[in-house]
Amino acid sequence: MMLRRMQYEFMKNAGGTFLTGLQRYQAFKKRGKRGARPPFGPPLESVERLKEIMTRYYFTGRYADGAVPVAWVTSGFPSEALVALGYHLVYPENHAALCGARRKGGKMCGAAEEFGYPRDICSYVRTDLGSLLSKKTPVGRLPKPDLLCCCTNICQTVLYWYRALAKHLDVPLVIIDTPFIYGEAPTHHLEYVRGQLDQFIEVAERIGGKKLSPEHFVDTVKKAQRASSLWGECLATGKAKPSPWSAIDSFFHIAPVVTIRGSDECVDYYQMLLNELTERARKGVGAIDNERHRLLWDNLPIWFLVRDLALATAERGFQFVCATYSNAWAEAGSQIDPSTPLDSTARTYTSVYLNRDLDNRTRSLIQLARDFDADGAVLHSDRSCKPYSVGQVDVRNRLMEEEGIRAMLLEADHNDERSFSKEQALTRLQAFMEAFDE
Amino acid sequence: MSNAASIGIDIGSTSWKGCVVDSKGRVMASRIQESDPRIKEQTARLLAELMADTGASSQVPVIATGYGRKQVEATRQVTEITCHTKGCFHQTGKPGVLIDIGGQDTKVIHIGPKGSVLDFQMNDKCAAGTGRFLEVILQRLRIPLDQVGQHISSKGEGVKVSSTCTVFAESEVVSLVAQGARVEAIARGVLEALAARVSSLAGKVPEQLPLFMSGGVALNPAMVAILAEALGRPITVLDNPQLVGAHGAALSGGG
Repeated sequence: MMLRRMQYEFMKNAGGTFLTGLQRYQAFKKRGKRGARPPFGPPLESVERLKEIMTRYYFTGRYADGAVPVAWVTSGFPSEALVALGYHLVYPENHAALCGARRKGGKMCGAAEEFGYPRDICSYVRTDLGSLLSKKTPVGRLPKPDLLCCCTNICQTVLYWYRALAKHLDVPLVIIDTPFIYGEAPTHHLEYVRGQLDQFIEVAERIGGKKLSPEHFVDTVKKAQRASSLWGECLATGKAKPSPWSAIDSFFHIAPVVTIRGSDECVDYYQMLLNELTERARKGVGAIDNERHRLLWDNLPIWFLVRDLALATAERGFQFVCATYSNAWAEAGSQIDPSTPLDSTARTYTSVYLNRDLDNRTRSLIQLARDFDADGAVLHSDRSCKPYSVGQVDVRNRLMEEEGIRAMLLEADHNDERSFSKEQALTRLQAFMEAFDE
Repeated sequence: MSNAASIGIDIGSTSWKGCVVDSKGRVMASRIQESDPRIKEQTARLLAELMADTGASSQVPVIATGYGRKQVEATRQVTEITCHTKGCFHQTGKPGVLIDIGGQDTKVIHIGPKGSVLDFQMNDKCAAGTGRFLEVILQRLRIPLDQVGQHISSKGEGVKVSSTCTVFAESEVVSLVAQGARVEAIARGVLEALAARVSSLAGKVPEQLPLFMSGGVALNPAMVAILAEALGRPITVLDNPQLVGAHGAALSGGG
């Protein structure tokens, strides 16, 4: 245990840094100096730091089990207490997205299907179970968890996903059940969630072998809240014209606020990103050369298509300037109040975007389109994420009829490229863009 | 000196269409051929023919549309949705709803008063409800595509074909044949299934507008009649419906 802990700390501080330095050198040699690549503007400098953080995060993870307590958690789980208790956290959704962006989603989904998981299940679930069962991952190795933590605020699928994980890994599972919110969350719902938080902390303390220090917890909550607020400020820079970065960039830069929120490193990263974006906005540097139209993106990214999507839109002067997906992370985390850490955590995590009724979500989406002055919207109808996709036809009609914003549904899947027809989707998108200039 | 103003080519999954237009958008020459998988060679050959017919020089812009549009060197590439809209509006000069049933996909386009695309619907990822569906199933029934009108039973006599998935419908047809259902009744069922599928797409656009139809399937009067029945409204088939996309592409030459 002691040796393992030393190895973990060494890898975290020295090994990870060496590896990211090496990666950077190799990338530099391969690509030469980074400059603008039309139709895109100059790339963000912060990307290097982002790669460094995420490489170190996954690299350190390889040595985490046996050194520190490890938990696998859903993206919407109130993870601050776990961070304060010294857990190393793994976010299977982030891992699945990483596999998807590297175009390994379909293959891993296929591996899960071989074990009997049907194709109708979310492709994040199949990617991760496929990775677990076939023992293949592009990050080398994921540490085995001591605890699984699942919060139902993003969907009900996670419940079954984590139960399957608990069975395969034979580890305890904590579930935080967040009732769906119509309008405002009633007090008894919040009390119910708060009660579960108390129980969850007891379990996390027992398994982690440590008591939660209230000061440390508040400090973590403060950092998580700060990182989320900074994330929101970063996104808000996209209101500038031209937008200094695109919503597609934000799909990648979201990773730290998901995986390492509650840490100093996370806060520092977003401060750095914010400085860069503010400076770009001030100088009028855009993410693309010729921003003629501004688009809103709804739903999860299509991970295996993001590059094609960025190019197809940028070539025609279209830029995704905002996304409900990226925005959800700013909306939620920034509302935690460190003076009432548990009560505000219960309220915040119960009221996340996907746990609210359609009317609420539509209002929030329309407000986003207005704030960012979007004149078009692409609503990704995601075969794998029904809670996010249900109601999009109504959203589309409201955008077009009430806001005069052109909107289209793009049928795809966030991770499984086998459930997707690229030619048809890109033709649809191109026709949608052609109509703006008629 | 040639009057040729631009050339439009529409490389679809089933057929290659191309035409040359003069400065008023009138078709000077055209070609329609079954698609060759060697897209570049076929395009070069047919383009040369069109240019020879009209005396068009290599300076005349070529606008490509259809699924093969990215495979050829063209002045511009425009989607079929925009091209069919332009071709349709050139003929009709009024707003309406255009149904284009092609080999690989079906589109329902809402055309505005100035001839622009206001909105459009397309079939999903598969070939359900497309020309290919019709081709495959009718082939199974040994009915030539252009004679289907003579081989279908009257209204109300069709058997129900529930699936518009080409693969499932084919097996459904096989089992209907095995059960002894009449070929004519099955053929009507197949056409009705396709009509139901298309009308579910068309159901999302305004009712008061006239309906137009383009694409190869529009050449099939029986299909058009059954579709009009399903929609409860008359459908005007555009002149030379297969060429509407290529014509629209040529008309995009000026922009």
